[in-house]
Amino acid sequence: MIDADVHIPTPRLRDLYPLLPEHWVEHFDNTMDKGASQEYYPPKSPVSGRRGGLEELREAVFEQGGAGLAISSCLYAVDSIHNPDVAAALATATNDWQAAEWLEREPRLRGSVVVPLGLPAAAAEEVERCAGRPGFVQVLIPVRTEHPLGSRHYHPLWKTIEESGLVAAIHFGGAPVTPPTPTGWPSYFLEEYTAMAQVFATQLTSMIVEGVFDACPGLRIVFLESGFTWIPSHLWRMDKEWRNLRRLVPWVRRPPSDYFREHVRVGIQPLDAPPDPAHLCEIVDQLGSEDVLLYASDYPHVHACDAGDLLLRLLPESVGRKIRSENARSFYRLSEGG
Amino acid sequence: MTVTLLDPSTEPSVLKAGTEPERPPIIDCDFHNELDSLKDLYPYLSKRWRDHLETFGIRHPNSGYYPRFMDHREEARPPSGRTPSSEVGFARDDFLDPYNVEHAILNPLTPVTSCLDLELGAALARAANDWQVAEWLDPEPRLRASVVVTPQDPVAAGAEIRRCGADGRFVQVLFLGRMQEPMGRRKYWPIYEACAETGMHVASHAFGAYGHPITGAGHASYYIEDHTSPPQAVQANITSMVTEGVFDRFPSLRMISVENGFAWLPPLIWRLDSAWSLLRDEAPHLERLPSEVIAEHVYVTTQPIEEPPRRRDFFALMEHFGELASHILIASDYPHWDGDNPDVVLPSGLDEDLVKGIQCENARALYGL
Repeated sequence: MIDADVHIPTPRLRDLYPLLPEHWVEHFDNTMDKGASQEYYPPKSPVSGRRGGLEELREAVFEQGGAGLAISSCLYAVDSIHNPDVAAALATATNDWQAAEWLEREPRLRGSVVVPLGLPAAAAEEVERCAGRPGFVQVLIPVRTEHPLGSRHYHPLWKTIEESGLVAAIHFGGAPVTPPTPTGWPSYFLEEYTAMAQVFATQLTSMIVEGVFDACPGLRIVFLESGFTWIPSHLWRMDKEWRNLRRLVPWVRRPPSDYFREHVRVGIQPLDAPPDPAHLCEIVDQLGSEDVLLYASDYPHVHACDAGDLLLRLLPESVGRKIRSENARSFYRLSEGG
Repeated sequence: MTVTLLDPSTEPSVLKAGTEPERPPIIDCDFHNELDSLKDLYPYLSKRWRDHLETFGIRHPNSGYYPRFMDHREEARPPSGRTPSSEVGFARDDFLDPYNVEHAILNPLTPVTSCLDLELGAALARAANDWQVAEWLDPEPRLRASVVVTPQDPVAAGAEIRRCGADGRFVQVLFLGRMQEPMGRRKYWPIYEACAETGMHVASHAFGAYGHPITGAGHASYYIEDHTSPPQAVQANITSMVTEGVFDRFPSLRMISVENGFAWLPPLIWRLDSAWSLLRDEAPHLERLPSEVIAEHVYVTTQPIEEPPRRRDFFALMEHFGELASHILIASDYPHWDGDNPDVVLPSGLDEDLVKGIQCENARALYGL
């Protein structure tokens, strides 16, 4: 089994000191800047990660969870830092810390490159620096961004990611200054959490209509912690819009749902499940491909239900096998052993 | 994999009267009465505001303008050459009569909702509502109307709702989808209080812009994104109204999603229910599952209807709605380019009572028609 979404804790600033140039250590020591102050989750909410160590992860993900391989990410919110030099320095140090403290010490663990997304050119440099280093299989991009991810702003970064051979994982969270909904800031995290599915929908639309996949035909995207039961209705809507308005984006030559199925994979946690299991099976069928879903535990975050347990029991074994390991192995081009 | 799409050349995309002799009656929950220009409102404005419009004009937040290739269907343009659906007589001949429209709910998309000068906004709202009475409701008894308000000035909006509420032909208050703050926020509660007093509901119509980017990830580039994104705003508004407890405070209030499509509602409910069970400590005032609140208070209009590639997916969607299918209302969006033809909008093979409900009976019960 391959677990496509587990989390390692964010580093404490002093964990990064040995990996930072002396200038930045002095900066953090002598100013009130202590790195990323934002988190993507309220710090004490059930969806927020616990600060567990490698042993705890090994036990939960590999021993108890039964994964042979796990793809991890470290949700250190460098995108919340306005100072671009600090963001870039902390991204680099975080990646070196992930490699030394986690990936090199656990061969079954794969990692995600943290990038300073506010400066796409610096983000691309960091991707190039980390690509090919053992353990890194993807670039981590929070779903909430300053510009929609299809925007020209990010095209050189997409090209770099495509050429690096890494996958791009678009993950729940992000800390731009703009509100998480088109209708302003909601009062509760519960609302922001719910609205995040719509932000994923927005990013899918943006990347397709701005021609990212036409410019980067080898680009591979994974949605993590997005939920997936919203996807079929959004595909229907996008395909209808494309039929009506494709003259505005003539480079989009195929129905958007085609691009989705070719370029995008989706982790199964959280499972925003209908009460009737038959309806859940219909939603999976409406995705239109057995290749799309990836098993994901989202360790150590807590969710309303265990997606793996609920979903895999319902589906035929041939589909279950694909979700448990084959889809991830083929999409991430992982060798046997997962 | 490839998806079978309808051939665009045979796609029934225009609202044109067909040849069938008998059509079922419909209650159209999104019919637009249009201003040819703001001058249509001059007879209902004081000299002070006519002068203001002549010497200054209206300012809006510059955040949501994505020029489109067309607004209206040209064949809906009256012989006078004025804007389509700006004359009740031609709209009656072109749409209400041939489509056997029993009632239609007017949703005038005026520049009022996002007008930055709130005093001007209030004057325009009042004028727009007087215009609706004199030029639409009085000459055509089948019509019902939405009250035009300035939601960003809830006290003025509440006063306008009470003024119009005396006329039973106003059935709801019109919000656009993209507001300054989500629709459940306390600042809007004076509006809902006025709705509760006058027996009116509140509609969230697609589009609009009040200064924020039109997505939760910044400014989109193209009209196709603008036109794809209304479900995102209305889902945030429904989430907000449920989470803030608006419907507990105003139990008679109903919220109607207009021109947002509707297939997103079941997945939204599933996600909200799981978010509630996970995060309810944050909002302990929420005593019921969001699905239960929505089942009582939230309605959706069909247009632009989602068109799954396989008909069975539409049937499955109806199953996913379950009892909530009694909250689905048909809407034409006449006279806009992306309107749905009520004759063909629902796939054949649906249960007869379900169809009758969507076409007519659900709206009749909701609005007490």
